[in-house]
Amino acid sequence: MLTSLWLLIAIPFVSGGLLLLLGRRADRWGHWLGVLAPAVSFVLGLIAFVQLGGRSDKAVEQNLWSFIAVGDLKIDFGLLFDPLSGVFVLLITGVGSLIHLYAVGYMAHDERRRTFFGYFNIFVAAMLLLVLGNNYVMLYLGWEGVGLASYLLISFWFNRPSAATAGKKAFIMNRVGDAGFALAIFLLFKELGTVKYTGDGGVFESVGQLSQGTVLMVGILLLLGACGKSGQFPLQAWLPDAMEGPTPVSALIHAATMVTAGVYLIARSNPIFSANPTLQVIVVSVGAITLLIGCIIGAAKDDIKRVLAWSTVSQIGYMFLGVGLGGGAYALAIIHLLAHGFFKANMFLGAGSVMHGMQDQVDIRRFGGLSKHMKITWLTFMMGWLAIIGIPPLSGYFTKEPIIAAAFERGDWTSWLFGGAALLGAGLTAFYMTRLFVLTFHGPKRWTEGQHPHESPAIMWIPLVLLAIGSVVAGFLMKTSVVTWLNPVFEGVETAHHESVIPHSLINILGIAFTVIGAGLAWMLFQRGTALMPEPAGPVVTAARNNLYTDAFNEVVFEKPGRWLTRALVYVDNKGVDGLVNGLAALVGGGSGRLRRLQTGFVRSYALSMLAGGVLVLGALLAVRLG
Amino acid sequence: MTPMWYIVLATVLFSIGAVGVLIRRNAIVLFMCIELMLNAANLALVTFSRINGTLDGQIMAFFAMVVAAAEVVIGLAIIMLIFRTRRSASVDDANLLKY
Repeated sequence: MLTSLWLLIAIPFVSGGLLLLLGRRADRWGHWLGVLAPAVSFVLGLIAFVQLGGRSDKAVEQNLWSFIAVGDLKIDFGLLFDPLSGVFVLLITGVGSLIHLYAVGYMAHDERRRTFFGYFNIFVAAMLLLVLGNNYVMLYLGWEGVGLASYLLISFWFNRPSAATAGKKAFIMNRVGDAGFALAIFLLFKELGTVKYTGDGGVFESVGQLSQGTVLMVGILLLLGACGKSGQFPLQAWLPDAMEGPTPVSALIHAATMVTAGVYLIARSNPIFSANPTLQVIVVSVGAITLLIGCIIGAAKDDIKRVLAWSTVSQIGYMFLGVGLGGGAYALAIIHLLAHGFFKANMFLGAGSVMHGMQDQVDIRRFGGLSKHMKITWLTFMMGWLAIIGIPPLSGYFTKEPIIAAAFERGDWTSWLFGGAALLGAGLTAFYMTRLFVLTFHGPKRWTEGQHPHESPAIMWIPLVLLAIGSVVAGFLMKTSVVTWLNPVFEGVETAHHESVIPHSLINILGIAFTVIGAGLAWMLFQRGTALMPEPAGPVVTAARNNLYTDAFNEVVFEKPGRWLTRALVYVDNKGVDGLVNGLAALVGGGSGRLRRLQTGFVRSYALSMLAGGVLVLGALLAVRLG
Repeated sequence: MTPMWYIVLATVLFSIGAVGVLIRRNAIVLFMCIELMLNAANLALVTFSRINGTLDGQIMAFFAMVVAAAEVVIGLAIIMLIFRTRRSASVDDANLLKY
């Protein structure tokens, strides 16, 4: 299997292409082909993973063909299968297959289900290319591919204006990040003459030749790309709006896989990020700010999917915190990413199941008491909830707690800052997730008229159960085995080990204490339900309901001047450029209109002009002869 | 008698013809003025031939006469037709072909 890695990408790509090209002919069986493709990729990926485990060098590279060859720029269509891409392949295809299966049930009544699976498979193919590429251009290719699939799927129900707008918002905000990423690749090529990760003087081997300033610049540009794709501060605003897409899309693309591509990018580029301490501080700050923003806004939202979306923003903030800390924390961020892939996909699909039973209601103020009616969804969601808030021994505890601990190990006063933020985030996470859970499944019923909640069909709850099992057991597995498994990728990273500012056991206790306090507070506040409409609240809650005014900020600082600029340019175009062209045309037209008047139709005037011409010629001749 | 007078006569005739073309409106008169100019040119050609002692000018004059005869035939026919359709022989009335 390790010699034909391209199959992993080709299978979903071909399947997606078939689904989109065959059209209505594939309507009856298309969704099953759509489920089969990632499942086959998963099996192949698993075989490759096991085979890689049996090898000593832990990295397989394949150059399929020369992709771009212009002058000094030589880029191969090359694949790299190493422990890091291996775990990503398993996450993408494994969780992806389950979500595909779920979508068969969830999208059953949608007449464009085949198209949906076509896009979904294209997404899986692009995401696999993203993690399997052996150079930055391959990564970029996959990066843009998932961006396209994300856009198509967010605005899948394009006849809803909000969905169409959300798709555009996601695409445009991603463009900001992608521009940064592209510039980073250009800069790497200019400075090093290569964009390959390793081998033949690849980027990672020669990053030491670069000046600190260049490394910082490359890193910031890469971080900009990562922030765009992963919904991190300051480019986080698109991710919650992306929930306008169908719920399986939110689960797969905007929770489990695509939005973690930024974490992958930084983890993959660990030699660059480890080479500059300032850069690491920037990454950690982005992570810490984002995780707090996500928690605070998530606690004030009433839309079940948006709460989960802000929770995703916040959890990816933890991952950025991890990759920013560097050293051993790279692997911690990756295991948190994997665990998050399980429990967040689980909860999103659970939310989809709730919406399915409640006629697409998304307002948690209108749920309540669903635990009796949707037992499986309730239990599986509970696993996800316990996992994300970090109750031992579920996965979140094993993966989040080490990141918090690592944040306290920076060796100077920043430990308190970042560690404190991470700890506070844990408490807030417990608060808003408990609020979501209690308001949805417990307390008095606050349904709208005519609701008959019911459990979803088996094809939807089977993936839920499997993901719930993953949420429960994955954490321990990851803490113990995946970290060592990832060693070959991160072993080049120098770890300047600092002592933790407070002992590990105390952090552990504090983490659990914060979680329990947050969860308990939310349980007490919301067990009796809540008002049906948002009530007036203090400045903090109001700000959180308005996304901490980040959207307003973007509108005032970027959108308005942008609009003015557009208007000014339109004015210049209309008056200046068009004016010049139109003026020339008017000059020629008007001039010829006047010249035309010479054709009077009177023979006499023609005769006069002929005579005048003759006299003129004669005069000229005489002047020459006699002169 | 020097040939110079013939040239002067030709010039005078040509001028009369040219002025006639410019100021008269009747197509027939116009036509006669054109003939006057042609014949003035013929007279000049013959005179120059005489002055130079060659026959080139004479030959040219004959050519001009033949062409003028043909032109008269066609020209008169056109004038006739215009008169029939428009009931007028004034060239100013036939001014449709313009801007």
